[in-house]
Amino acid sequence: MPFKRYVEIGRVALVNYGKEYGRLVVIVDVIDQNRALVDAPDMVRTQMNFKRLSLTDIKIDIKRIPKKKTLIQAMQEADVQGKWEKSSWGRKLIVQKKRASLNDFDRFKLMLAKIKRGGLIRQELVKLKKESAS
Amino acid sequence: MAPKNSKVSRNPNLIPGIGKYSRSQMYHKKGLWAIKAKNGGQFPHHEKKAKPETTSEKPPNFYPADDVKKPLVNKRKPKPTKLRTSITPGTVLIILTGRFKGKRVVFLKQLPSGLLLITGPFKINGVPLRRVNQSYVIATSTKVDISGVDVNKLDDKYFGKKAEKKKKKGEGEFFEAEKEDKNVLPQEKKDDQKLVDASLIQSIEAVPDLKAYLAARFSLKSGMKPHELVF
Repeated sequence: MPFKRYVEIGRVALVNYGKEYGRLVVIVDVIDQNRALVDAPDMVRTQMNFKRLSLTDIKIDIKRIPKKKTLIQAMQEADVQGKWEKSSWGRKLIVQKKRASLNDFDRFKLMLAKIKRGGLIRQELVKLKKESAS
Repeated sequence: MAPKNSKVSRNPNLIPGIGKYSRSQMYHKKGLWAIKAKNGGQFPHHEKKAKPETTSEKPPNFYPADDVKKPLVNKRKPKPTKLRTSITPGTVLIILTGRFKGKRVVFLKQLPSGLLLITGPFKINGVPLRRVNQSYVIATSTKVDISGVDVNKLDDKYFGKKAEKKKKKGEGEFFEAEKEDKNVLPQEKKDDQKLVDASLIQSIEAVPDLKAYLAARFSLKSGMKPHELVF
């Protein structure tokens, strides 16, 4: 019931609208009730409305508006990218991106792999059924 | 000295029709004084070439009532259609219309008429050496190695319809003569197909699953959005 992810300095968020869609950013300052100052290693520090941000579970330890170098170092130490790619949310996004970039040939190979996997599963199932029946 | 391609005027236009330099300034710029000096104070003068005697023309005996306009001269030479950059020799294409719709096919070259020359290969999916229009084709990003294939002898004339022999209509032979010419593919075309496909099939079998890919037809399934698909 209580909130778990808070807007705070160092909170990592995902941009969910606009030009920077899909980028991971860190909240480095709060401007007012609606806006935050966000920064990312490969981005110019900008203001963003909270409505454009989806908060993640990841938080890093920084002071208010750190220098770019400090920010990058803090992100490396906390291993933000690694934590993100291991989290289920991050993994889902990676899979979505991969699926969208599949070639026609890749989709064909995927179909073959799915059929093969289904066949193996069915074989195992039949084996297990026989064992449980006997 | 190498000949200068463009004739640039030495007298730049201030406004169209008015040059920067006066007549006497241009005389000096063009070096007409040097030409005169070379020719001993006079401008070089060539005698007119004697024109050969032409017989006097008869006045025409028919004047058309209305002035008929002559059509303007047209020097346009048609070029083959611009080939999409995604289509290169060896690209796998998806045919969208005709009896081979949905078939995945290998692109060989663009013919001078602009049409694309493709082959199945025939053994894999039943598509022979054929011409196809670029507009009815989706280019995938899958490429096949086409280096061992020689397509120099294939051009538009090879695929054109054969000129029909004129048949004399004899009364009694009418119904029998109709059944004569069945469209049998000449053996040399079958041999050409085999020749082109031989090295192609080898390079296709080198890639896993590519043969099955070319044998299968493409279709849109549920949830596939063509404008979002990457081909």
